[in-house]
Amino acid sequence: MSAAQTLSAYREENQDDRALMERVARHRDREAFQCLFLQFGPRIKALMIRSGSDSDMAEDLAQDVMLTLWRKAELYAPDRGTVSAWIFTIARNVRIDRLRRQSSRPYEDIADLDLESPDAGGEETTELNQRDRLVGQALAELPPDQRRVVEMSFVQDMPQAEIASALDLPLGTVKSRMRLAYAKLRERLEIVK
Amino acid sequence: MKIVHHPDSATLVSYAAGNLDEGFATLVAAHIASCEKCQAALREIERVGGALLDTVDATPMSPTALERTLSRLDSETADEHRAPRTNGEKRPDLPAPLARLLKGGLDDIAWKTVAPGVSKHPLPVSRAARSRLTLLKIAPGTKVPDHGHGGMELTLVLKGSYCDAFGRFAPGDLADLDEHVEHQPIVDSPEPCVCVVATEAPTRFKNVFGRILQPIVGI
Repeated sequence: MSAAQTLSAYREENQDDRALMERVARHRDREAFQCLFLQFGPRIKALMIRSGSDSDMAEDLAQDVMLTLWRKAELYAPDRGTVSAWIFTIARNVRIDRLRRQSSRPYEDIADLDLESPDAGGEETTELNQRDRLVGQALAELPPDQRRVVEMSFVQDMPQAEIASALDLPLGTVKSRMRLAYAKLRERLEIVK
Repeated sequence: MKIVHHPDSATLVSYAAGNLDEGFATLVAAHIASCEKCQAALREIERVGGALLDTVDATPMSPTALERTLSRLDSETADEHRAPRTNGEKRPDLPAPLARLLKGGLDDIAWKTVAPGVSKHPLPVSRAARSRLTLLKIAPGTKVPDHGHGGMELTLVLKGSYCDAFGRFAPGDLADLDEHVEHQPIVDSPEPCVCVVATEAPTRFKNVFGRILQPIVGI
């Protein structure tokens, strides 16, 4: 598949995801839930394994994440990001609670506050899709050393200091790669603002 | 609240990815609670997590996984389980992530004086946390002695203000310092400056003797 085809598939997938989420949120639609489960369950499981979980635990955690999706479907706000990004945040919180044995409450506290902020909304679907696509594009365009650091952080759940020692780099270099990756993302997204 | 000082973008990336230790994550969340700019930035960074989740190589789930999860949905539905809309505590002087950690308000704290003009009060973190959260109250005009840091250090101002080489820090401002930084803050508000500091936990000695020694040498 060419890069362009991957991107257009990515875009359609996202439109589908939003529609499926809406069916779960509004109608408690189990068929829509099944589609989301089949699509995301194995990826969440993979994410948990890459974060240091064993296979059984990862399977459990993936099921918990999907159950949380079912419970909290109403709280998903399409204009705040992709379904994937929302599911990532649920998985992240489960990972903090169950793998790190720390508390994800600070994240939950501000997810609630976020909902009340009036600035959400107003974006057209076409704009949303464009933004979704641009994030994938920005990631694909990152120099490999920056992409590596971003992946180690998001996928492998490694703190900056751990990344630094794994790559045998000064902490400052890890931080500056993260800053550069973020700047690239901003630059990409600015275009549609 | 006019917020001038924000977390380093690398700190925001680690926060969004979920790998800041609890104390640091709590302070970043407390800052974001009152900072619209960082709320928007966080949403954008979280999209990266979504895009990476989309591209990760899937690991097949067990053949019964879907069935088992669906059967759990039934009990969910029977329980009429609904996500609470909001459970963050609302207090005018404290962002939700901190309000939860304090029983009363800032005026009800049993401060412990640690130096002239400086008192502190610890905030709870999970047992597995490797960071510490401490409330500090510093009297007007107090100069905190020049100091470096043993690692990452975040400071969030709640009341009053202070100045150092990086500028003036007022409520909502977050100072994001690393181990190479030395600073000498001076409280410049007419009232005491109350702030929360997240620091890395002191390193532990690896052997038993070390553990016994630790409280005595105070490392």
